[in-house]
Amino acid sequence: MSERETEAGLAESLLRRAAPDRSEFEDLVIVPIFAVVVALILGALTMLATNVDLPTIGKSYLALVQGSVGSLNALSETLTAAAPLTLAGLGIALGFRAGLFNIGAEGQLLVGGMAAVITGFSFPGLPMAIHLPLALLAGAVAGGLYAGIAGWLRAATGAHEVILTIMLNLIAFRLVDYMLRLPWIQREGRADPISRSVLTSAELPRIFTWLDPNLRLHLGIVLTLAAVLLVHWVLFRTKLGFEFRASGAGPDAARYAGMRAGLLIVIVMACAGALAGLAGANQVLGVLGRATPGFSSGIGFDAIAVALLGRSHPWGVLAAGLLFGALEAGGRQMQVSAGVSIDLIGIIQALIIAFIAAPLLVRAIFPWGFRRAAKTPKE
Amino acid sequence: MTAMPDTPDIPARPARKLDTARQRQARVAGWVLMGLAVLVALVFARDSAGMAVFRLSRPNDPLALPDLVVAAAPYNYFAAALLAFLGARQFMRGGMRWTSLSLGLGLFIAVTAFLVWATAGKAFSLTGMLQATVVRAVPIALGGLAGVLSERVAVVNIAIEGMLLAGAFTGALIGSLLGGWGGLAAAVAMGGVFGFILAALVVTYRVDQIIAGVVINLFVLGVTSYVSSQVYQEYRFLNNAPVFAPVKIPLLGDLPVIGPVLFNQNLFVYGAMVMVAVATYYLFHTRYGLRARAVGEHPRAADTLGINVYRTRYINVTIAGMVAGFGGAWFTLGSVGRFDENMTGGRGYIGLAAMIFGRWHPVGALAAALVFGFADSLQQKLALLQTPIPSEFLAMAPYIATIVLVAGLIGRARPPAADGQPYIKE
Repeated sequence: MSERETEAGLAESLLRRAAPDRSEFEDLVIVPIFAVVVALILGALTMLATNVDLPTIGKSYLALVQGSVGSLNALSETLTAAAPLTLAGLGIALGFRAGLFNIGAEGQLLVGGMAAVITGFSFPGLPMAIHLPLALLAGAVAGGLYAGIAGWLRAATGAHEVILTIMLNLIAFRLVDYMLRLPWIQREGRADPISRSVLTSAELPRIFTWLDPNLRLHLGIVLTLAAVLLVHWVLFRTKLGFEFRASGAGPDAARYAGMRAGLLIVIVMACAGALAGLAGANQVLGVLGRATPGFSSGIGFDAIAVALLGRSHPWGVLAAGLLFGALEAGGRQMQVSAGVSIDLIGIIQALIIAFIAAPLLVRAIFPWGFRRAAKTPKE
Repeated sequence: MTAMPDTPDIPARPARKLDTARQRQARVAGWVLMGLAVLVALVFARDSAGMAVFRLSRPNDPLALPDLVVAAAPYNYFAAALLAFLGARQFMRGGMRWTSLSLGLGLFIAVTAFLVWATAGKAFSLTGMLQATVVRAVPIALGGLAGVLSERVAVVNIAIEGMLLAGAFTGALIGSLLGGWGGLAAAVAMGGVFGFILAALVVTYRVDQIIAGVVINLFVLGVTSYVSSQVYQEYRFLNNAPVFAPVKIPLLGDLPVIGPVLFNQNLFVYGAMVMVAVATYYLFHTRYGLRARAVGEHPRAADTLGINVYRTRYINVTIAGMVAGFGGAWFTLGSVGRFDENMTGGRGYIGLAAMIFGRWHPVGALAAALVFGFADSLQQKLALLQTPIPSEFLAMAPYIATIVLVAGLIGRARPPAADGQPYIKE
């Protein structure tokens, strides 16, 4: 008996070394997997309820897997969709860390994307080594400045950042509509609002065309990974990151400790906006090649979900971005080959977040599987 | 338990701080008013020629008023002078006493000057625009009211958008099957269901309130979009609901201007007005409202006094959901009778803004919603007048005005003290 107990203790300590905290392990690994599975099952039930027959359901989930990870092309699509979600999600996560709720990623993304497009078509003849970084920088700076407005107003007047960023989103939509009709932005000979095309020297180059010329994956994914590392470094290895986190965890304590709360808010918002702007630049320079009304297509709002799902941790955001990217890519395949509307993905995404965000709910619904998983993680 | 020691010298400092904040507000308001005066004088007054004709009544109304005719250029110079005076007053001694009033009056004058400028030499139906204002304000006001009801018990309600959408969808679906009243009842019930779900998630399962709201929004958007593209394509009769026609209130409806604007509207307009009145009475003049606010300000104290915090939150958030469901039904049963994907288009978020703008008060939220509604209808009607300003900028104007007002005037509007925090009973 005692021997078995020590054995269990040993296993436990080994496990603890592998995963520092057991409840953390459950939170980080078991709950997400469980959430995805249950969400998929509930998604299937939704399809059943709307008169989709069983073989089609099977076919659509097969398509979902094939379209997201089933082939090289699918993987490329997944990563392509994940890049902007992760970038914008990182920005929102930074805001959460500092105690700010930035709903404005959509607007920042639009403004950043517009700046990148304008830079992208404006300088013919520049070499790529200058033009591409310049366009990306324009996107980041424009997004950062746009979010900086909200940060500055918040810091200077105490206006609520939620209302400010909502208003800035609405303004950005109209601004893009207006700009796309300006004669020097609108494409020649077109009556509809569409911008000129980004020059080749400013496009994010596709990086796997040597494997298969159809792969759309572009340099943006490298940029995204770099951003994840950078945010991780800033957040956990620098004084600035410590101040972000401190002012998020206890604004009063941070202020008494001598941190300049107002300045921090502006910096955090500007960084968040720069990341969202980069996401916009990534879309127009890497995927679309031009701007149209609403080219952000809700990425800024999905990014809120990505940041929440990733627990505002850079690696978590990356994982969540990849998951959402996979669902996005797989959903498109599902719509094509099984005829099930891609909107089903929205339901599945919402359910996944709900289950991950509410561990208490999960334990209440499924007490048996869970408590055991918590007590004996070996299983 | 973290007991804060009482410090007797606290009141002295905030009082002084408050004063400087008010001085700053007065200065900001002064600059805003001066800027408006310059704008009106240089842009509007300079090129407004002729008469601006505002139609107040239709020719066959029982009590027809004559058209309101304004000489455009003189009016605008007068308006500019008035604005400059109001602005200058702000910098004089005691100017800060009237900050809010001056700014409100100033904005009103600026808007009239703009209207006169846009209408100069033409004719324009003022009553028609005001009527559209009220109609467009309805979903925003109801969304804002839903926000007030739930935030007063300290539950942040990002889910208004989802509740509106759920109400719109249910209204169309059940309305097509059972008729308008059935659809309305179902929409209200569905809003209540989502309110209850929100309450369950945040109160019982202690999910972060913002996450819970985002989840509900995503979920409702997903389900409604999925069903409308998967089912409505095939079965069109499921998406063809009757629309509530305007009901004219006898006598009152015949009054000029006020009649068509307020008393010849459909059920949703009357419903919104009644609900705002009832909610104000409930929150500020009944025992239950006092309890609800206590739960929002200091749940621990409320609990100590024997108020059931959890139940109060459940009830209020569910009611908030029902209000939002009613507001959502406006989109389908109150206007077009047909559901489209994401047809609320962010109105719920604007309702959230209206709530904050209206300082967490039902009447304030209604007033803010009317401002948004006014801007919305102004933009539509001005397209007919062909002003040189691009319509996108007109569409932006209310949002910019909101930012200016929120930043300059309201500043640190105070939400309920416990807003957003879960309460864990000891």
